[in-house]
Amino acid sequence: MSNQEKHWEKSRGLLMITLAIWFVFSIGIFLFGAEMNEVSGPFGYPWTYWFTCQGSLGAFVILIFWFANRQEKIDEEFGFSEREDE
Amino acid sequence: MKSTNFIDNLPKVYGIYTGGFIGFIILMAIAEQMGMTAKAIGIAFVAFTVFIYALIGWLSRTAQADAYYVAGRQVPTVFNGMATAADWMSGASFVAMAGGIYFKGYGYMALLVGWTGGYVLVASLLAPYLRKFGCYTVPDFIGTRYGGNLARFSAVVVLTVASFTYVTAQINATGTIASVALDIPFQYAVYIGLISILLCSMLGGMRGVTWTQVAQYIVLIIAYLLPVFWISNKIGAGFFPHFMLADEVARIGELEAQFGFVKNSAADLATVPKGLAGITKAHSAVNATPWAFISLALAMMMGTASLPHVMMRYFTTPSVKAARKSVGWSLFFIFLLYSSAPMLATLSKLSLLDPNLSTGIIGRSVAEVQAIDWYQNWNAANLMFVSDFNGNGTVELNEFFMGGKAVVLATPEIAGLPYVISGLVAAGGMAAAMSTADGLILAIANAISHDVYYKIIDPKAETAKRLVVARVLLVVIGFAGATIAAMEIQGILGSVIWAFDFAMSGLFFPLVLGVWWKRANRQGAIAGMLGGLAAGTWYLVWVRTGGSGFLGITQLTFGIFGSAVSLVAMVVVSLMTQEPDKATQKMVDEVRVPSGKTILGKQ
Repeated sequence: MSNQEKHWEKSRGLLMITLAIWFVFSIGIFLFGAEMNEVSGPFGYPWTYWFTCQGSLGAFVILIFWFANRQEKIDEEFGFSEREDE
Repeated sequence: MKSTNFIDNLPKVYGIYTGGFIGFIILMAIAEQMGMTAKAIGIAFVAFTVFIYALIGWLSRTAQADAYYVAGRQVPTVFNGMATAADWMSGASFVAMAGGIYFKGYGYMALLVGWTGGYVLVASLLAPYLRKFGCYTVPDFIGTRYGGNLARFSAVVVLTVASFTYVTAQINATGTIASVALDIPFQYAVYIGLISILLCSMLGGMRGVTWTQVAQYIVLIIAYLLPVFWISNKIGAGFFPHFMLADEVARIGELEAQFGFVKNSAADLATVPKGLAGITKAHSAVNATPWAFISLALAMMMGTASLPHVMMRYFTTPSVKAARKSVGWSLFFIFLLYSSAPMLATLSKLSLLDPNLSTGIIGRSVAEVQAIDWYQNWNAANLMFVSDFNGNGTVELNEFFMGGKAVVLATPEIAGLPYVISGLVAAGGMAAAMSTADGLILAIANAISHDVYYKIIDPKAETAKRLVVARVLLVVIGFAGATIAAMEIQGILGSVIWAFDFAMSGLFFPLVLGVWWKRANRQGAIAGMLGGLAAGTWYLVWVRTGGSGFLGITQLTFGIFGSAVSLVAMVVVSLMTQEPDKATQKMVDEVRVPSGKTILGKQ
């Protein structure tokens, strides 16, 4: 397998993990919205209410930065990262 | 605004600008104390900010194609994040979102999740790869990846349908705000709004729009957050509302239980002015089925990843790496406003409901409420209404009605904040609507001038001629949008959501599979774009004309049906026809690695 194929396989793996986490915060928890809302969550808000107001939104922000860093590491590992002067 | 020196100085330039704007707010506050009228303050806020944007637009003028289409590809990550956030947050986000949450609660908050979660798809599936491609427009990617004028043209068609649906709503919003702040009829205010929009984009194209959008973001975020924090402190709800409103949310639940949701008779409701609504849904309870919530969120997420005016912002970053990071910054800046909208809705509702607060009106006598100054103002503006349906002389929960916009526009006044804050909010709403309208008009005009005129009609056209065509189109599309906006056909929010559905129906899978599935070919992509758009449009028309729909897909989520048809059509047709040639497959391989020249840069 060529260097490029390995790079793409790893990138695809990262995509799958990213999408799995995305799925949990955008869809997964809202499958059980009614049940979870009975429980008191962060800062005292009901759980589901808090996720729709802040929790999921914040998780997406963190997820994108995490993804960007991981992808940069993968690019460096296989020598595909951009030079600064480009 | 030409040298790289300007780029290095950006933090300083915008730092001074922010300081100057805060200085202006303080100046207005002092002027108010000295007797400046509310109307004069409103005019000063809107006129001053629009003048600054026009100045930036003029300073950014350019005659180079690279600067006009992609701002010279040198916009730093954080600033591109701010520009994208302004591009993204429309008049609907600014003016209507808190109101939607106020009235509809949980079911509506699917939009919060959808309009943020979509950025994960943008960052991981598309933005870095399209940046590597080095295209000027989204149809440019489709046209080069799949080849052929028909593919390119189909992408332009989808882009135009989606963006035009969106832009009329934005011009409508600028008109609404201009007409209130400047006190002129809506039909004229729409064109004043349009001229302000064109001043930002016409001379500098993407470069002008980029630097005005950063300025507009700063205005709109100050205008949104300042009242939220101020009100929260004023009513003693906590100095940092986002972390401290749990008691207030619980208190609203208590009050709702105490007052009860009484259903009004149709005859009573007929006396309520059009467009106003009462509180009929619990504030923090889960009031939608999982599928209703998830389908709306999903449609908005996939729509986000297909809207060309957002995607093209990531063409302006210096590198692929910067494009990825920039998506993160965009969402961070969006998060600042979106996470505040539910807090504003909570504070607004509590102020009006709680009998323990001096601003509470439920339980007070109807005559007393009708004598309040702010009630009279907003009643005159057709945004507030009380009526004594049961004849007991006091205002009940079901006897109080408000317009969705009033949550953002009227809450500062209700909570007793000085008028200068209301002027600031008007300037913020104007900034939000203008920045989005600019991005959209530019997306359409660039696609037609670059993809239809330059790539299809006259590939030998000189740069000067191309830019003239681009600017003429900008004006023509702007006026077409304003003319339709002046007719006031749909509400602001409805047409915004439709735009997402149109975009995802036609573009989501052709874009994503263009990067992630090498086997995708021209015939498949064309089938996907046109089939998806046609299917989505058919479903919308069917449901609007009395069709029952299926699988719980409504007129707000028709993109789920459209994109499913698009996916199936694209895969089936691709597999039935020949696989793409070797050169195309090699091109896809190159798109997948960040290093090296852009694809189009090589040709």
